[in-house]
Amino acid sequence: MTFFLQNLVNALQWGSFYALIALGYSMVYGVLMLFNFAHGDIFMVGAYIGFGVATGIAALASLGMIALPGWITLVLTIIISMILTSFVGILVERIGYRPLREAPRASAAITGLMIGIILETGNLALLGARRISFPPMIESVTYNLGGVFVTNKKIMIVAVSISLMIALSQFIKKTKWGMAMRAMAYDYAVIPLMGVPLNTIAALTFALGSALAAAAGILFGVAYPVLDPYMGIVFGWKAFVAAILGGRGSILGATLAGFLLGFIEIFVAMIFPSTLRDLIAYSIILMILVFRPHGFFGEPYSAKLRL
Amino acid sequence: MLNVKNLTVSYDRIKALHGIDFQINEGEIVCIIGANGAGKSTTLRAISRLVPVGKDTTMTYDGKNLLAYPPDKVVSELGITHVPEGRRLFGNLTVLENLQLATFSVKDKQKIEQDLQKVFSIFSRLEERKHQKAGTLSGGEQQMLAIGRAFMSGRKIMLLDEPSMGLAPLLMIDVFEALREINQQEGTAILLVEQNARLALQFSQRGYVLESGNLVLEGNSDELLKNPEVRKAYLGG
Repeated sequence: MTFFLQNLVNALQWGSFYALIALGYSMVYGVLMLFNFAHGDIFMVGAYIGFGVATGIAALASLGMIALPGWITLVLTIIISMILTSFVGILVERIGYRPLREAPRASAAITGLMIGIILETGNLALLGARRISFPPMIESVTYNLGGVFVTNKKIMIVAVSISLMIALSQFIKKTKWGMAMRAMAYDYAVIPLMGVPLNTIAALTFALGSALAAAAGILFGVAYPVLDPYMGIVFGWKAFVAAILGGRGSILGATLAGFLLGFIEIFVAMIFPSTLRDLIAYSIILMILVFRPHGFFGEPYSAKLRL
Repeated sequence: MLNVKNLTVSYDRIKALHGIDFQINEGEIVCIIGANGAGKSTTLRAISRLVPVGKDTTMTYDGKNLLAYPPDKVVSELGITHVPEGRRLFGNLTVLENLQLATFSVKDKQKIEQDLQKVFSIFSRLEERKHQKAGTLSGGEQQMLAIGRAFMSGRKIMLLDEPSMGLAPLLMIDVFEALREINQQEGTAILLVEQNARLALQFSQRGYVLESGNLVLEGNSDELLKNPEVRKAYLGG
């Protein structure tokens, strides 16, 4: 039982990363009918920006200009990096996608792949091939809860992730921008006729997704403090799987599917040798999709694309 | 008020409109009648800036160059709204949310609330159903919501694309009476595009006849109703 609970804790942490990244995929897919294949690399960029921000704060602290407790540094790093990375997302949309909005879908899909490669190799050119270790901002503390070992970092990662997911779903449910995103996911072509600036909503969608990916990047850096320019690729693929499994444009779906992926991976590794983990895990997920081709909670939408 | 000169529109090098001229005056109800594929919807899309127009086209509204405005600003700054063919409601949003979304760019909260009350007084059924998803409304209610939405987003000119489509005759009358009420109370000019020529001509003051991308006739609606060519081609003899 403790063995099971131990793995459950790990699965929650792992699922948090997938779910946070999957939300960005799902929103862009829902609102703009677009697969943003650069999104995994936005996660990587977010982690590096987080590294930059945390290092900057540490440098200021060592100069004696500021003295902040580790927790505050971490919170500041997350907030500032989310804001900065959202601008990267806006830039990606502006340069890579907006000019291709009327282009064939395949062109927009390969744009994402190219932007991804540019972000990876751009990072490589900027910082070199060395791996970068994420600065430790908080001391790790382990709690023994009846044989189950939980670290403060794990609790923080899951808590921050779930808070962000709740904040996002409230934003989409309650604000007029969220309402515009839901409307746009249903019928893209009519949006301008409501006096709603379509480009602003598109940029907002990218900004929100990128901010969540940045949060995932930093939380990942806290748990596994080694960054490399290609860290976003496999994560991006898996989060993409979660987004589709969750159902088009569904916030709840992407979140649950992200956690489900985490659970399946961790529990497969619990039973089978870890080299077989993804082989078995993704065969299971493929079977789920075969029986639920529209995913868990696909939102309804109008089939008409033009006016 | 709205002045359109030499309007040409092409889809993939096929010309849909061959340079048409028309105008809408303050508070007027104007219709464009014509067969399927004559270019009626394209005309409305061009005014809403949803399709590119030819380089010799000019469109002015109150002396302003309409072509300088992006589609959302045509609605939010000029008050020219468009009720598209097939209503195109946001079926996943509630009735109230559909109306609220149309005020996305309106800052004045009090005006939004007043307009909402006006819409509910014109279409009382929408108030009864305001928390229902728009996708669950009947055809007539959907058309009312589509008009209500346009009413909320600005109402100098309302462009209506086949509002009678798919409605039972009695509902059709309801919808057109509501439009007349809006026209008289708010001074909203209406440009109506219809296949149902008789209905459109009875409702409007002036009309244009569009044939394969050219305007072939124009005049007062009651004269067009009596015109032998119009009777033969569009009113069943």
